[in-house]
Amino acid sequence: MNKINQKLQEDKKLLSIYFSAGYPSLNDTVPIIENLEKSGVDMIEIGLPFSDPLADGPTIQASSTEALKNGMSTNVLFDQLKDIRKTVSIPLIVMGYFNPILQYGVEAFCKKCQDIGIDGLIIPDLPIDVYNDQYKAIFETYGLINVFLITPQTSVERINFIDSISNGFIYMVSSASVTGSSSGFGDEQTAYFKRIANMKLKNPQIVGFGISNNETFTQATQYAKGAIIGSAFIKFLTNNNLEKIDEFVTNILN
Amino acid sequence: MSYNINDKGYYGEFGGAYIPEMLYPNVEELRQNYLKIMAKPSFKEEFDQLLKDYVGRPSPLYFAKRLSDKYNTRIYLKREDLNHTGAHKVNNTIGQILMAQRLGKSRIIAETGAGQHGVATATVCALMGMECIVYMGEIDIARQAPNVARMKMLGAQVRPALSGSRTLKDATNEAIRDWINNPVDTHYIIGSVVGPHPYPDMVARFQAIVSEEIQWQLKEKEGTSKPDYVVACVGGGSNAAGAFYHYLDDTDVKLIAVEAAGKGVHSGESAATSALGREGIIHGSKTLLMQTNDGQITEPYSISAGLDYPGVGPMHAHLYASGRAEFISITDDEAMVAGLELSKLEGIIPAIESSHAFAVLDQKTFKTDDVVVINLSGRGDKDLQNYIDYFKL
Repeated sequence: MNKINQKLQEDKKLLSIYFSAGYPSLNDTVPIIENLEKSGVDMIEIGLPFSDPLADGPTIQASSTEALKNGMSTNVLFDQLKDIRKTVSIPLIVMGYFNPILQYGVEAFCKKCQDIGIDGLIIPDLPIDVYNDQYKAIFETYGLINVFLITPQTSVERINFIDSISNGFIYMVSSASVTGSSSGFGDEQTAYFKRIANMKLKNPQIVGFGISNNETFTQATQYAKGAIIGSAFIKFLTNNNLEKIDEFVTNILN
Repeated sequence: MSYNINDKGYYGEFGGAYIPEMLYPNVEELRQNYLKIMAKPSFKEEFDQLLKDYVGRPSPLYFAKRLSDKYNTRIYLKREDLNHTGAHKVNNTIGQILMAQRLGKSRIIAETGAGQHGVATATVCALMGMECIVYMGEIDIARQAPNVARMKMLGAQVRPALSGSRTLKDATNEAIRDWINNPVDTHYIIGSVVGPHPYPDMVARFQAIVSEEIQWQLKEKEGTSKPDYVVACVGGGSNAAGAFYHYLDDTDVKLIAVEAAGKGVHSGESAATSALGREGIIHGSKTLLMQTNDGQITEPYSISAGLDYPGVGPMHAHLYASGRAEFISITDDEAMVAGLELSKLEGIIPAIESSHAFAVLDQKTFKTDDVVVINLSGRGDKDLQNYIDYFKL
């Protein structure tokens, strides 16, 4: 069974952390992943940096730009991760925009992910119909779960469709925004979380965007299976040593 | 073979809508409605009336006698430079503001490079009394001060794009992010035939008035609606899309798309996308774009801010890949010389973008009886400082 599916069966709220590979320094990728696992994080999204990240706010944009300047590339990332399964056992997801994956070759990319032990992909600008028509079979061949996003504006019909073609979890974007722009959840978001929970989808939901501390993590996971933190963690990395990652995680969970 | 868009939003293998889910409701709303709205008689009537009374259409098709004598062929200029706001851009912004109104939107956003599309957008927002926010790269704001002032005078708010290279590509990213953050009340007026479907098709349809007029104007002057050649410059490609539109499937008419080679196609400072680009995804569209081997989008360069874009609209990618259009690259120097020549021979100072199209006359030999229509997409007022600096005037 895919590690993501195994993790989703655990009887707890899941904390997933996103970071941009190659930031703050090129070779921080593996130490960050190892420290996150040791600190009790359930799942990790490894960001493959892109020059033009449309769905991201200033924090993730800046970390992507910096990572590229540091020399990060698809090949460098795969090389850094080649032995990651010797030391890390939690689910690992690569999150990246479609163009670098397309240039690498979608099948070659998926095969490499399987070789390394990556469990899933999140590609925000790969349209669902294109995925279904051209790439679904490839993802399945290499045992990769493709994670789709929904937002407060996504129609019920489309949510049901996304649920039907998903086989891991649904990435529930908390509000109509790019990453890193919200501070706290209001009634509107809570109503949205509740509405989705009441749909009784076959895939659990993990909430992302706007989660930065224990309060927002608790709010987000009241109705959902877990939550994803990105920008807040990247800000933390900008100001702290990697050894302090457990402090960040402890503050979120307690 | 059709060279127009298919029902899935692709030109051949190019196009589509490669967008994050956050943009899906907005883009889908537009996709489902744009053709219906454009087909309504009340829409057509208002669009045509504004193009006539406000923009000043039809723009003349002018037989350039002295230029024709020099190159020993028959050259006509499609005078988009005479439109209100000085370029073809306003054809599209008039269409899109009417579209936005019918979709019930109250807030308009746009991206701009040199500021021409920003000014054209600010203009129609003033005309309709709508809120207008224009994203512009911080570097472009500094080098295009007169257009920034125009936009402000027209009531628009100009917001600097501070990320990446701080030019057009980044302004487009910021506008898309704004649209993600404002999914209900906002319409994004994209300025070229780029972006996710249906934008390339919608913008091409609004610009198609250019070739629609060329057809009947040429019929009056030459007795045929078909020229031998249509020549237009291509950045994103909206003026070329308009000039080519009604000739796309008429292969008797040869199409020439002129790209900016900057300091030379292989100088490392160029915007010649067809020569340097590979298939990939930019701003929600599968098309040709300039990128690293690793799929990172690279920075283009051209003396002309309007051609300084690392991609090209999917229609043009298809015209290139299929061989339907001939693509020619013109350097900064060649364009500047051609701009000066048009000024001296015909008394018309062209925008530097359009000067690239005129430089083709030196690169390619036309027959004496060939009818060559060159789309004069914009006037050169905005580029005066560039011409002054270049020619030490």
